[in-house]
Amino acid sequence: MSGQKKEFPITWGMVIDIDKCTGCGACMASCQTENNVEPQREASNKLRATSWMLVYELTNDKAFPNHDIAYLPRPCQQCGNPPCVSVCPVIATDKNEDGGIVSQVYPRCIGCRYCVAACPYHVRYFGWYDPIWPEGMEKTLSPMTSVRPRGVVEKCTFCHHRWTQAKDAARVAGKDPDNLDDGAYVTSCVQNCPSGALAFGDIKNPKHKVHELVKSPYAFRLLERLGTDTQVYYISRREWVRKLGDNYLKSE
Amino acid sequence: MSFIEIEKTWYPEGVERCSLGKFMKWLSVLGVVALYGFFAMIVCFAYGLGVTGLDNYFGFGLWITFDLAVIALGAGAFFTGLLRYIIRIDELKNIINLTVIKGFICYSGAMLILSLDVGQPIRSWFGYWHPNVHSMLTEVIFCITCYLMVLIIEYIPLILEQKQINKIPFLHNLAHQMHVVMPLFAGIGAFLSTFHQGSLGGMYGVMFARPYAFRDGFFIWPWTFFLFVLSAIASGPCMTVLICGFMEKITGRKLTTYRVKSLMCKIGGTMLLIYTVFKYLDTWAWINDILPRAGLTFDQMFYGMVYGKWLFFSELVLCLIVPVICLLTPLRKKPFFMYTGAILACAGVVINRYVFTVQALAQPVLPFTKWEIYTPNWAEWATSLMVIAYGFIIMSLSYRYLPIFPQEVGLNKK
Ligand code: SF4
Ligand code: SF4
Repeated sequence: MSGQKKEFPITWGMVIDIDKCTGCGACMASCQTENNVEPQREASNKLRATSWMLVYELTNDKAFPNHDIAYLPRPCQQCGNPPCVSVCPVIATDKNEDGGIVSQVYPRCIGCRYCVAACPYHVRYFGWYDPIWPEGMEKTLSPMTSVRPRGVVEKCTFCHHRWTQAKDAARVAGKDPDNLDDGAYVTSCVQNCPSGALAFGDIKNPKHKVHELVKSPYAFRLLERLGTDTQVYYISRREWVRKLGDNYLKSE
Repeated sequence: MSFIEIEKTWYPEGVERCSLGKFMKWLSVLGVVALYGFFAMIVCFAYGLGVTGLDNYFGFGLWITFDLAVIALGAGAFFTGLLRYIIRIDELKNIINLTVIKGFICYSGAMLILSLDVGQPIRSWFGYWHPNVHSMLTEVIFCITCYLMVLIIEYIPLILEQKQINKIPFLHNLAHQMHVVMPLFAGIGAFLSTFHQGSLGGMYGVMFARPYAFRDGFFIWPWTFFLFVLSAIASGPCMTVLICGFMEKITGRKLTTYRVKSLMCKIGGTMLLIYTVFKYLDTWAWINDILPRAGLTFDQMFYGMVYGKWLFFSELVLCLIVPVICLLTPLRKKPFFMYTGAILACAGVVINRYVFTVQALAQPVLPFTKWEIYTPNWAEWATSLMVIAYGFIIMSLSYRYLPIFPQEVGLNKK
């Protein structure tokens, strides 16, 4: 495999319990508003619509009564060995010690979409048109995140700005910004998930819930064998769901 | 003297050309196509890439396929330059000018399309300013821009040799001096071009999370790096012969001897044979190692008609084995087989670039996603056709006014 896995002392990660997810889409909506994603003009075109967080419907492809479905929310997987980073010609996207979050620098991106091609999780979105907010709606813009011009690639950053805020709050309270309490920094989707399917925290910090969750025997990651080493973990007690997370050969 | 008479004095010494009226008609047809493409280009710049058929699933589409294909087919220039100036195969001097012009057209055309394809064309220079040395695309940006400059330097002395321009002593001497240093530029060109043909292949080979395209390799280079170089130098000379044959057909004049064309095809065929061996080894390793490692099977790489197995067999059998036979056996003596071989070799490289660009992205790696179909729309077709029309225009003008075929006069003596 090309590239190298990068390790950092703070490793923000998300754990998604698929068995708890009802597919309501609250995470998608909260992500869109939090991160100033333009109101979609043509959301019926799923291949063009921007949705940093996307909920997939999985099925076991069996007939009733054995039919079963599951919902799988998909943010950027923040790969430990990101296929997208090494390919970018201008270092517009990078993985650094910022909690292992894969960044995206909009003013530097030239819009070549090579990263889009390299990411197998389809988490990267290109600005096809100039973003337009219908009149009045611009009031809903969040001052915390930048608005992207057309022609650049954007993606989920684990609401990175919230980390900055949490660190500031810790400093003000006289606490260590590098050792935040569990829950001091959570992403917008995690905060707004009504069924509590999403959890967020520092995987390496034993005080954080996700530290234990990722060790669950039911935890798995998407496309593990490709060696992307993601920082998003899924949990499901259903075997078929776990198997669907990676490409299993018939012989396996 | 009327303009029609004056225009005749611009022709190379001793050749015949069609009437100016006819030539103008030909140019206007091409001009209309080019203008339509230009219009599409303006629309893309004004409204954004939303006017194309690309989407978040297919970040690369017709444009990139087209770019890769013309760049591979344009490879005749660097490879022929290498053989002519460095290895000194003297006979190639009869076709070298054509390959230089072809290379220039292919590369400048590709650059035009690339400037459309990036979402922020004004930032294209960031590749130089904030280079990521780990990215194959950085290498492509470096080499492609430098190589275009080399091609321009190679093209200029040809223009200076135009009969009227050449009468100016300074320009005459300049052209002469440039010819003297040409081996140097041929060398630089060969180096740059080899590298970026390779990095174009490398671009796909390093996408380790896309098992359709991913390849293991040698040092930092995936096998596709070498395969792209080989396929380019195999199809490049064949393309030159096809262009030459096509020009002879429409002008009704002999431009080079069959011997020269046959030699070019033999070179192309030899390279194709070497490529075939490596491509087969590579495919074998892909099927038996890379795909199982990724949990995928050979059958999962194909779907329906547009992504069907027929593409795979066309590329690997029809467009490799058949042309190798046509180009490397005595069959080459017959024009039918020689041209068929050349056409198939070029078609093979186009299929190869298509599947690496589109099929590699269409193949669902995430197990719960499905195959998606990509269809380029008018904006992509129009701009691609614009580049083809642009190429025809440059070639027509060059043929009419520049002495690019040293054998033309001799071959057409009545
Ligand atoms: S999920 Fe995609 S965009 Fe996110 S880090 Fe991995 S490869 Fe990059
Ligand atoms: S689209 Fe932007 S972020 Fe992606 S590879 Fe190109 S320059 Fe880098």
